[in-house]
Amino acid sequence: MEAVLSAAIGILAASGIWLLLRPRSFQVIVGLCLLSYAVNLFIFAMGRLAIGAPPIMPRGGFVNPAAYADPVPQALVLTAIVISFATTALFLVVLIAARGLTGNDHVDGEERAP
Amino acid sequence: MIEENLILILALLPFLAAVIASTLSTTAHGAAAWVSGLLLVCGLVILAVLHGPIAAGEVVRGTIRWIPSLGLNLSFRMDGFVWLFVTLVFGIGILVLIYARYYLSKTDPVPRFYAFLMAFTGAMVGMLMSGNIVMLVVFWELTSLLSFLLVGYWHQGQAARDGARMALIVTGAGGLCLLLAMLILGQIAGSYDLDRVLASGEAVRADPLYALVLGLFLLGCFTKSAQMPFHFWLPGAMAAPTPVSAFLHSATMVKAGVFLLIRFSPVLGQTELWFFAVTGTGMLTLLLGSFFALFRHDLKGLLAYSTISHLGLITALAGIGSTGAILAAIFHIVNHAVFKASLFMAAGIIDHETGTRDMRRLSGLMRYMPFTGTLAIVAAAAMAGVPLLNGFLSKEMFFAEAADWHNGTWLDNSLASLATAAGVFAVAYSLRFIATVFFGPPPEDLPRTPHEPAAWMRRPVEALVLACLVVGILPGLTLGPTLNLAARSVLGADLPYRDIAIWHGINQPLVMSFVALAGGIMLYLVFGNRIAAGPEGPPLLHRLRAQRLYERALLVFTWKLPRSLHRILGTEHLQPQLRLVVLLAFSAGFVTLWGVLRLAPNPVGNALNPAFALMWLAGAACAMGAAWLAKYHRFAALVLLGGAGAVTCLTFAWLSAPDLAVTQLLVEIVTTVLLLLGLRWMPKRLEEIAEDKLLPARLRRLRDLVIALVSGTGLAAVAYVMMTRPPVPNSVGDWFLRNAYTEGGGTNVVNVILVDFRAFDTFGEITVLAIVGITVYALLRRFRPAPESVDHQNQRDETETEELAEALLVPSVIMRWMFPALIVMAGYLFFRGHDLPGGGFSAGVTLSIAFLLQYLAHDVRWIEARLTVLPIRWMGVGLLIAGLAGMGSFLFGYPFLTAHAQYVDLPLVGKVPAATAMIFDLGVFALVVGAIVLMLVALAHQALRIARLQERETARPPEKVAAKLAGKMGAR
Repeated sequence: MEAVLSAAIGILAASGIWLLLRPRSFQVIVGLCLLSYAVNLFIFAMGRLAIGAPPIMPRGGFVNPAAYADPVPQALVLTAIVISFATTALFLVVLIAARGLTGNDHVDGEERAP
Repeated sequence: MIEENLILILALLPFLAAVIASTLSTTAHGAAAWVSGLLLVCGLVILAVLHGPIAAGEVVRGTIRWIPSLGLNLSFRMDGFVWLFVTLVFGIGILVLIYARYYLSKTDPVPRFYAFLMAFTGAMVGMLMSGNIVMLVVFWELTSLLSFLLVGYWHQGQAARDGARMALIVTGAGGLCLLLAMLILGQIAGSYDLDRVLASGEAVRADPLYALVLGLFLLGCFTKSAQMPFHFWLPGAMAAPTPVSAFLHSATMVKAGVFLLIRFSPVLGQTELWFFAVTGTGMLTLLLGSFFALFRHDLKGLLAYSTISHLGLITALAGIGSTGAILAAIFHIVNHAVFKASLFMAAGIIDHETGTRDMRRLSGLMRYMPFTGTLAIVAAAAMAGVPLLNGFLSKEMFFAEAADWHNGTWLDNSLASLATAAGVFAVAYSLRFIATVFFGPPPEDLPRTPHEPAAWMRRPVEALVLACLVVGILPGLTLGPTLNLAARSVLGADLPYRDIAIWHGINQPLVMSFVALAGGIMLYLVFGNRIAAGPEGPPLLHRLRAQRLYERALLVFTWKLPRSLHRILGTEHLQPQLRLVVLLAFSAGFVTLWGVLRLAPNPVGNALNPAFALMWLAGAACAMGAAWLAKYHRFAALVLLGGAGAVTCLTFAWLSAPDLAVTQLLVEIVTTVLLLLGLRWMPKRLEEIAEDKLLPARLRRLRDLVIALVSGTGLAAVAYVMMTRPPVPNSVGDWFLRNAYTEGGGTNVVNVILVDFRAFDTFGEITVLAIVGITVYALLRRFRPAPESVDHQNQRDETETEELAEALLVPSVIMRWMFPALIVMAGYLFFRGHDLPGGGFSAGVTLSIAFLLQYLAHDVRWIEARLTVLPIRWMGVGLLIAGLAGMGSFLFGYPFLTAHAQYVDLPLVGKVPAATAMIFDLGVFALVVGAIVLMLVALAHQALRIARLQERETARPPEKVAAKLAGKMGAR
C-alpha cells in the first residue's frame, strides 16, 4: 500500500508541477489542484496508513491510541482542503478578470515575444 | 511622588500641544500659537518647581510601567545638566513660537507647523530626559523624523524637499549607528538603564568592543551635530522656515549630538582614542566651518557654517574632557543657543522685510531698521567673542583649555594655535555680516522697501540679546550656579565649585582673544571686497563639496544600482518566478534531507491490496491525462482532474479518514462546478499554436519536465520513507485520542480537534474563507468580459436554447426535487458531526450544493424570483455566531473559545450531544454556505449581465447604438 501511495503522490506532484510551469492560466489552475491533492495526501500519509481504524472513539473508558489512525494529520488536511478550495476559487476569478482585461489567457497577460 | 508626576507631565506637555494644534482649523494662526505657547509656559513653571530638588543634588525620576513582564519601562530622569538643557529648549521654544506667529504668512497651513514644532520639542525633551538608552535612541530618531517634516514644511520648493531628505538620511543613518552602539553598550553594562550604563565606564573602556562602540556612537553624534565630513546637511536644511532654523539649528536638534557626547564622556572618554577622534574632529570642524562661513553670501548660509564651527568647538571641548572643558562646553551650548537663535531670527527679519538674504545685495540697512540692526550687531559681537558679551566668556574658557597641557600629544600642543586661527575667522565673518548688511551705501533694487518689523516679531530677539548682555556682564550671578550644578551631574558630585568671572587678569586666553579680534578685523579689511566678489564658497574648495559626493552616492545606491540589479536578476514574467519557487523548494528539501533520509531498519507497512493499486493506476492516468490535455482540451482535462480527485477521496475513505473523504467529495463537486462556470470565459483554442512545435518551445518543455519528474520522485521517496517508519509513541495525536471524549465531549476526534481543541485555527480559517468570498465578489463586480465571449453568446439562437431546455427537462425536475432532500442531508451531517464523520463544514458545502443545483436546473431569473439567498448575510451571521460562541466563554471566566460539552435528554429524540462547540460549528456552517454560494452566484450572474446588456442594446434603435459607440470611441 505504502509503495503505491507514494508513487501516486509522486505522479500527482509531477503532473501538478509540470502544469504549474506552463504558460496558460487554465493549465496553472489545474496544476494547482493536482499539486494540492499530492500535498494533502503527503501530509495525511505522515500519520502512517491505517485500514479500518477511523478515529471515532468509544464513549468513555480506556482508549488505546495505537488502535486508531492519527487524527492530527487528518485535521490538518481538512483545513488544507478548505484553504485550497478557497485559493482555487480566487485564482479562477483572477484568471477570468485577467482574461477580460488583457484579451488572452497567458499568465503574463501578453503572448511571449517571438 | 509629586516630582515624579511632574516629570511625566513635563514629558507629555509638548506632545499634548502638538495634538491640540493639529486639530485646529488651518486658519487658526493665533489659537495654535497660544495653545502651544501656554503649554510651554506650563512646562517652564514645572521646571521652576523642580529646580528645588535638582539644586539640592537630587536626580528626579518618573517611570511609566509599559511592559513590566519584559522589563520595558518608560523611565525619565532629570539631573542638573538635563534641567539646564530642557529649560533652554522650553525657553527658546516660547520665543520661537512668538516669532513664528508673525513670521509665517497667512496662507501657510499654520496648525501643522505648530503641531510639528511641538512634537519636535516633545521628542527633544524626551531624548534629554530618557532614563533608558534604547528609549533615548527612539526619541533621537523621532527628532530626525520631525526635523524632516519641519525642514520640508514649504514642500512646494525643490530646495526644501532636498534639504529635508538630506537631513533625514544623514541624521537617520547616524541614529541607526547610535542604536547599535547603545545595544552593545547595554550588553556590556548588563542593563539599558542610563544610570547603570553611566556607572560602568571602567568595564566599557576595558571591553574588546570598545573601539567599535566608540566608532558607532561617534557616528551618531557627529551626524547629528553636523561635524565634518557630515556637516553638509546643515546648510541644506536652511531651506526651512527661519523659526525652524532658529530652533533646530541653534538650540535643539544639532545640540543633541553634543549633549550625548558630554553625557557619555565619563563612560567612553578619558582615552587617547576618544581624545583624538572627538577633539580632532571638533577642531577640524571648528577651523574649516569658520573658514567656510567667511565665504558664504547667503545670510543663513553664513550662520549655518558658523553653527557648524561652534558645534565643532563644543565637540573639541567634550573631547578634552577635563573639568573645565566640560563646564566650558555646557556654558557654550547655552551661549551659542542664545546668540545664534537671535541671529537666525534677525536674518529672518531681514529676509522678511527686504525679500532677500544675499549679502551682496543687502547694504546700509541701519538706516531703515535701526532697532533690529542694533540687536543683530550685539548678537554678532557675541558670536565673534567680544568682551562683556556671553560668547566672550565661553570662548575665553575654551582658549584657556586649548592653552592648557592635557596629554602632550601633537594635537594637544597645537590646540592653542588652531583655536586662535578659528577665532580669527569667526571675528572676520561676524564683521562681514555686520558691515555688509547694516553699513555702507543704501541698498539698490531690493524686492521690498525695508522697514522695521512688527514689534512682537522683534521681542524674542530683544529678549535673547538681553540675555547675551546680562550673562556676559554678570556671569557668576546668573548662570554660574546652574552651570556648576550641570557639570557636577555629568562628572560627579564631588566636583569643586568653579567661579565664572569676566576678569582673570592678563593671561594667555586674553591675549589669544585679542589676537583673534585684531586678526579678524585685519583679515576682513584686506580681503573683504575680494570675498564679496568671489563665488559662494571658499576659493578652490568650492567645487569639491561633500554634498555633491553625497548626492552621487545617493543616486548610485538608491537608483542606478538597484535598477541594474533588478534588470539582471529580476523578471516580470510569472513562469521564471514559479520555476524559481519550485527549484528553491526542491533544493531546500534536498539539502536538508541529503544523507539523512534512509529507510527504517525494520519498515512497517500494510499488505498491498490489488484493488488499491488498480484504483491508483486509474488515478495516475487521470492526473497525467489532465496534465497532457489542459492546454487544448480544457473540458477533458477538467473531467480527468475530477477523476484524480475522486481517487484521492476514495483513498481517504480506504485509509480510515471518513471525514476527509466526505469533505473532499463535496469540495470536489463545488470546485468542478466553479471551473465549469469559468471555462465559458476562456478564449477559444481550436488550432494548435505553430510556435509550440519549434525547438525552443520543445527545449523549454523538456526542462520543465525534468524539473517536474525530479521533484515528483523526490516527494515520492520522502513519502515512502516516512510512511514505512514505525509511528512515534506518545505523540500529540495520542493525547487528542485519549481526551477527545472526556474533554471535548465528542467521539469524532477530527471534528473535536477542529471545533474545540484547535477552534482558534478554524476561526482563522473561516475568516480566510469569508475574505476570499468577498474578494471574488468584488473582483467580479468590476469584471468586464472579453468581447469574443460576448459574441459567442450572440450566436446562440433561440431554437438552440429551447432544445437544450427540453433535453434537460427530466434532470431539472429531479434537481428541483432534490432540494429538500439535500437540506435534510445537510442537517444530518451537521448534527452527527461531533460524534461521527460530518460537521459544520461538510454540512455547509452540502447546503450550498443544494442551492447550486437549483441554479443549474433553471434559468437564473426563474430561480431568483422564487428563492432569495443573501450570501453576505449568511457569511456575516456565521462569523458573528462563531465569534460570539468563542466570547461566550468570557462570561464564565474562561479564555476565548473554551468549549463546554454535555448531553441533553430531549423527549422522543433521546440523548443528544449539546456542546457549545456545536454553536461554533453552526457559525462555520453558515459562513461556508454564504461564501460558496456567493462565489458561485457571482460567477453565474456574469452570464445574466451580458444578457441584460444585450437586451438594452437591442431595445434601442440601431443608429442610436452606433452614435453611442461613436461617442465612446471619440471620448477615448
